Parts: sequence; C-alpha cells; structure tokens
Amino acid sequence: MQVKLRVRRFNPETDSESRIETYDVPADPMDRVLDLLHWVKWNVDGSLTFRRSCAHGICGSDAMLINGTNRLACKVLVREVGDQITVEPLRGLPVNKDLLVDMEPFFASYREVLPYLVNDDPAPDTERRQSQADRERFDDTTKCILCAACTTSCPVFWADDEYFGPAAIVNAHRFIFDSRDQGAAQRLTVLNDKEGVWRCRTTFNCTDACPRGIKVTQAIQEVKRALLFRKV
Amino acid sequence: MAADVTPAPLPRSTSADRRQPKPPRGNFELYAWVFMRISGVLLVLLVLGHFGIMHVIDGGLDRINFAFVSGRWANPFWRVYDFAMLTLALLHGGNGLRVIIDDYARTGTRRLLYQSVNAIVVGLTWALGTLTIFAFTPQPT
Repeated sequence: MQVKLRVRRFNPETDSESRIETYDVPADPMDRVLDLLHWVKWNVDGSLTFRRSCAHGICGSDAMLINGTNRLACKVLVREVGDQITVEPLRGLPVNKDLLVDMEPFFASYREVLPYLVNDDPAPDTERRQSQADRERFDDTTKCILCAACTTSCPVFWADDEYFGPAAIVNAHRFIFDSRDQGAAQRLTVLNDKEGVWRCRTTFNCTDACPRGIKVTQAIQEVKRALLFRKV
Repeated sequence: MAADVTPAPLPRSTSADRRQPKPPRGNFELYAWVFMRISGVLLVLLVLGHFGIMHVIDGGLDRINFAFVSGRWANPFWRVYDFAMLTLALLHGGNGLRVIIDDYARTGTRRLLYQSVNAIVVGLTWALGTLTIFAFTPQPT
C-alpha cells in the first residue's frame, strides 16, 4: 500500500515557521510509523530529524504527535492509523528541528521531585525487603519510560510551562508510596507548590496518551489525597 | 597513600534546575482546591433549589413579581440562602478564573492586571449583591 505521510518540518537555520511536507511512502500495514520516517530519512531526505533509540517501545525516545494524538512512533502500526498519517513534534516543548524537541524543561521538572530512593538508614547487607502488597501500591507508576507523551498532552502544561506536568508527578508517586523510601514529605512539599498537583484539572489527556497504560490521572489524584490527609 | 575521601553528596535538586524560584505559598493552593470541591457540591444543591422555586414550582417565572420576592425575603432563611449562593458562586467562579489567568498570563504586569480586574469585579458584585439582600425592606402587599 501507499501511505501519504505528512510531516511537520522545521529547520531553525532557514525557516521562521514550521511547514508541512508530504511524502508518498510504500508501506506494509504491519509497518510502524517509525519505519515510514526511516524510509523518508534513508531514501528521500537525510536531513529529516527525529529522536529514536531502541525502536521497541521501551526507551521512550520517539514520542510524537501522530494524527493528533501523542504516541510512540515505534508502537503505532500503519493499519491502526490508515494511509493518511500526519506526524508532528510534541506540543508544549521548544522544537529544535523537525520532530526533535528540547526535553530539558521536562527533565528539569523531573529532577525537582527527587526521582530516586531517599533512605538515610544504613544500607542493609542484603536487599531492602518489602511485602508484595507494599510493592503493589506503586506498581503502576514504575512503568513510566519518561517519553513525555503525558506531559505534552496536558492543556495546562501547554499554557503554563512551569507546571510540573503529569510525568514528574507520576515519578514522585513511584517513590512517595514506596515503603522503603523516606523522602515522601520532601516530595509532597515540592508538589504542594502553586505549579504542583493543584494545577491538574483532571482532563485525563495524560491517561489517554500514556503508551504504557499508566493511570496517570489517578496517580495525580492519589498524590493530592496524600497532601490533603497528610497520610501516605 | 589513602586520602580522606568524602562521599559525594546525593544528587539533590537545586533551584537552578527550575526556570525561576517562586516564593512559598504554604497550603493556599491546597485549601483553594478543597474549597472548589466543597463549594461545587453546595452550589449544585443551592442552584437546583433556586431553580425549582423560581422557575418550576407554581407556574415558575410567571408568578414572580415584587410581592413574591418581598414575601420570600421576609423570611431570613431565604436571605441567608441567597447570600450563600451569591458568595459561593462568586468565590468559586473567581477562583476558577484566577487559576486560568495563572495559566495564560505569564508576565508579571499582565497577570497583575488581570488578577486585579478579576478580584475587583468579584468584590464589587459581592458587595452590591450583599447590600441588596440584607438592606432590602419587605413591603406589605
């Protein structure tokens, strides 16, 4: 089959505005959108710029706006989106070139929520043990691959780039509710900020966008509840 | 020779990571959020009651005249009812606008301007409504 692939291109050295370029790409229904981008880059225009690494839905590098929805280009098959495909860069982050966005604002928020184990007790000889129920408490949020699909689908983040965004809150949730962690109070203080969890209006865009199926909105609400009742 | 090695500090986040430092605001946003939830539920009840009385029961709008309002406000309960509806609706709507202005007005002066207009409109409407409700003198018909 032939796919009409429309790509929003932007070259900071020559363009003042982004523009749409259209490519006719031979494709198999089982090809991924990433394969189409590769075909263009390798056969038509080597300057087409996008980010990808593992290409198997694990590394989270190739989130982009595909037919208006944030998806991983390596997880979307042509048969799921049809023969008219529009690919654009993620919204709400500065575009460096073509589909490549500057992820730094995203990771700045991520670093802010202390996304690592905080435990000042002396390290035990073996592993830090935890019951299955305690592990289950934050299981959903361990699945995050930091692709930014959720944060860049959030209308609050589009307008207000100081909002922490769903991904940072999800990664705070992952440690706040970990029984081995002692940094919950610190993280909750960070997220009690004006630009923290209270900015979430529960539009559920983030939950729809997550390629790992994380219940993002629920995680944000659980952090709100922890703040409200001062109880983790 | 073994030198004294101080372990590197944990990679704590520093203020340089953020775009700009913000003054701490305590629990204000938390209380504002709780207020929105509670006032939202109360407003549904108050507004449905108001709508029923003013628009549905006994012929609705057709029977509303000065005498009707006067008779209703002769009872302090309905004054408190209307005052609660006025106050909650203005604060609920005003706070919602405050949050939306914070989303879209990103520079200090524009934000200050919009927030001031919002606060003044809410304040004046509240003062006028409150004055009307409590200064009203029922007339015998």
